[in-house]
Amino acid sequence: MSDLLSVKNLHVAFGSNEAVSDLSFDVPARRTLALVGESGSGKSATALSILRLIEREGGTITGGSIMLNDGDGTVDITALDEQGLQRLRGNRISMVFQEPMTSLNPVLTIGDQMSEVFIRHRNMTKREAYDASRQALDSVRIPEAARRVEQYPHELSGGLRQRVMIAMALACRPKLLIADEPSTALDVTTQAEILDLLRDLQAEIGMAVLFITHDMGVVAEIADRVVVLRHGRKVEDANVETLFAAPKAAYSRQLMAATPKLGSGSPAAPPPRGNILEVSGMTTRFKMRGRMFSGHGATVDAVKNVSLVLGKGETLGLVGESGCGKSTLARSVLRLIEPASGTIALDGNDVTNLGREGLRGLRRHAQMVFQDPYASLNPRLAVHELVTEPARIHNLVSSCDQRELAAELVRSVGLEEDVIDRFAHQFSGGQRQRLCIARAMSVKPKLIVADEPVSALDVSIARQVTDLMLELQQREQVSFLFISHDIAVVERVSQRIAVMYAGEIVETGPAQSILNDPRHPYTRQLLASVPRPDPARRRRLGHANPAAPSAPVPRAGTVLFEAAPGHFVREDAA
Amino acid sequence: MWRHVVRTLTKMVVTLFVIVTLVFFATRMSGNSIDYIIGESVTQEDRELLTRYYGLDASIWTQYLKFLGSFLDGQFGLSFLERRPVSDIVAERVWPSLQLLLSGIGLTLLVSIPFGIAAAIYRKSWIGSAIMTFAFAGYALPNFVLAILMVLVFAFTLNWLPLVGNGTPWHFIMPTIALSGALIAALTRFTRNAMLDVLSQDYMRTARAKGLPERTVILKHGFRNASITILSVLGLQVAGLAAAGSVVIESIFSWPGIGDLLVSSAIQRDYPVLQFAVLAVALAVVVINAVVDIAYAYADPRIRLGGA
Repeated sequence: MSDLLSVKNLHVAFGSNEAVSDLSFDVPARRTLALVGESGSGKSATALSILRLIEREGGTITGGSIMLNDGDGTVDITALDEQGLQRLRGNRISMVFQEPMTSLNPVLTIGDQMSEVFIRHRNMTKREAYDASRQALDSVRIPEAARRVEQYPHELSGGLRQRVMIAMALACRPKLLIADEPSTALDVTTQAEILDLLRDLQAEIGMAVLFITHDMGVVAEIADRVVVLRHGRKVEDANVETLFAAPKAAYSRQLMAATPKLGSGSPAAPPPRGNILEVSGMTTRFKMRGRMFSGHGATVDAVKNVSLVLGKGETLGLVGESGCGKSTLARSVLRLIEPASGTIALDGNDVTNLGREGLRGLRRHAQMVFQDPYASLNPRLAVHELVTEPARIHNLVSSCDQRELAAELVRSVGLEEDVIDRFAHQFSGGQRQRLCIARAMSVKPKLIVADEPVSALDVSIARQVTDLMLELQQREQVSFLFISHDIAVVERVSQRIAVMYAGEIVETGPAQSILNDPRHPYTRQLLASVPRPDPARRRRLGHANPAAPSAPVPRAGTVLFEAAPGHFVREDAA
Repeated sequence: MWRHVVRTLTKMVVTLFVIVTLVFFATRMSGNSIDYIIGESVTQEDRELLTRYYGLDASIWTQYLKFLGSFLDGQFGLSFLERRPVSDIVAERVWPSLQLLLSGIGLTLLVSIPFGIAAAIYRKSWIGSAIMTFAFAGYALPNFVLAILMVLVFAFTLNWLPLVGNGTPWHFIMPTIALSGALIAALTRFTRNAMLDVLSQDYMRTARAKGLPERTVILKHGFRNASITILSVLGLQVAGLAAAGSVVIESIFSWPGIGDLLVSSAIQRDYPVLQFAVLAVALAVVVINAVVDIAYAYADPRIRLGGA
């Protein structure tokens, strides 16, 4: 038997709720098995069961066996005692988690946290363990490893933290690495680097990888074999080529269809009817933390000299990585944050200097939808109050018509009328985001600024929400400023795209022109990093050095020039 | 880091100034000290003489300036009753108070942190419930009730422990327990909550996934994080202990400390002593807070290194 890990008839329950039912799969040595599914599919519960960490999360393994056969003898992990598990964890089986921001201990240095593993499993002295940690950081290509061991997690970027997690997991050269969505919280360019790194190290160490993800693109990049899970049950188990070429289960097909693919086309441009939004030369500045005795604090420009236009009935997709200033831009446009300079015109009216009353008027015509549908709905209001609130604020609805308006709004976003007496917690993430959109639509705005509206949602749900937005645009002629880090999602909804990098727009133009003929180096890199849901066309970039800035930081004062009709690029690209 | 220290010190000085000013005006509004010192049977002339003698005839603003001026010579004026420098009277009271306070803090940490951690780990078993039941009971019991109960049982009935003064180590037992009882209860509860927050953090899962023994996971990874929050509460609570707790407890046990002095000088309307005793307690509270503030910054690298 050449299978490193054999999971047989596994059942995992949280209380009376069965999270994993009768799941069997094998992980061959040195290979990568991807466990794919949406939230609630039981994929993380399975991963945690293999390390028997599931008990700590309140779950129990109610049946089945997990056999590990790594040359040091065969063990049934479900039958191990605590001592045996501690010898196994971090040594023969390791795990990397989704959130590099919270998975490292904030009050211990990187060196402290890494050397623990060596001291525990390799009986090293503290000094030896620190040296080994330094080498381990080198091996995951972290620059300046000697300095990093002295640092605390908050001093490192997300990508570097995930490298630290990987170095820590691979410290004892385990036979199996469980990677639970290791690249999901990262920017797409960083994700590409992490996936490349994992693949390299897998070959180097000769380990098997159990890769847990919801992203079919990532599966195609990295997996040899795929197990598709839904509601805790296996729906398909196939080689990656077979799965992508001819998915058998209906759910696999559905999942693949919902995965946004680059190059699947953008909506047609609406007839030109003038601009709803014109932003020119806008800069938004933040004060750094104030200092008491050292004069005024330093400032940082989150948005630098940005100009953009958005036509009536059009969607402009704004893409960029985290920290590039896209959310600040969105908020500045609605003056939720005050820009330091520049002008904003909505529907031809200058709104840059509006006072409090004027701003209320502005928001009657421009609404916002936020990323987190859980945090952006008041849990104490019933739906009919929630979705009509903007209309009530602007006196567009009387209290007796409120319920009728609410019913109309929820119907328009594809929900049943009878939900209007429920509360936010009774809805799923996708339904909540529909409610957020319904709320924005209640004042019949001309512009909706949507800040990562589908990033927190499963792919199939995200697809439904973007479809809804396209439908609303057709019907109501509303314009969207659609912000996302996911360029494939942006392509689906936008007629035009603007690429943002380090606070500036580096390239903007018609969606297809940008995607098929990217001019700026950052745009090219962004496009090259997107995982393609096609195992035959695996991307191979070999990002070796994460320290080097991936694209030149834009110089101040350079302007955009027109590279193709309507397609503008920063001068420094040429 | 230094910026943090300087800011903390500045806040301290401002706070003390505000307190001193409030105390000054509060005592002047609380009645005439001459009446208390000499009683009713004196002639009007003698009364005016004494008022002049103590400087109480001047306008309140002159008195205030004189009061601030008295800080400069380091004696803080003379006691109305004892005619000794206030600084001497207070100085001999500082050490007994400090001893009691420190033993109270020591007992609190020694008891509440282990029990708080245990209550978090065994939250679903009878151990956790038992600890929390005691903690709730302790929290509900006012310190003077606890003190009087102990006096009744251990001093009067059983005759095991001495009642008055601070002569031997045996004298410390009842005041220390009475002083720290409520704080132990509060801090046990708080340690438990802080640990519960920490136990569900992602980095705890990471620590277990590394194969670390449970002891290391809880103490090194868990408690070190929880201690940051515990420290912040400890500062506030200990300040309350120093101010309110010691006044009550020192009076009950005739402990020759600042709290006892505060009560007697208030009863006797000895303004200069009262003002300086309040200032001393305020100083203790503010210093404890500042120390905790700085320790807090030191414990959390995210503050120490000026990061996010």
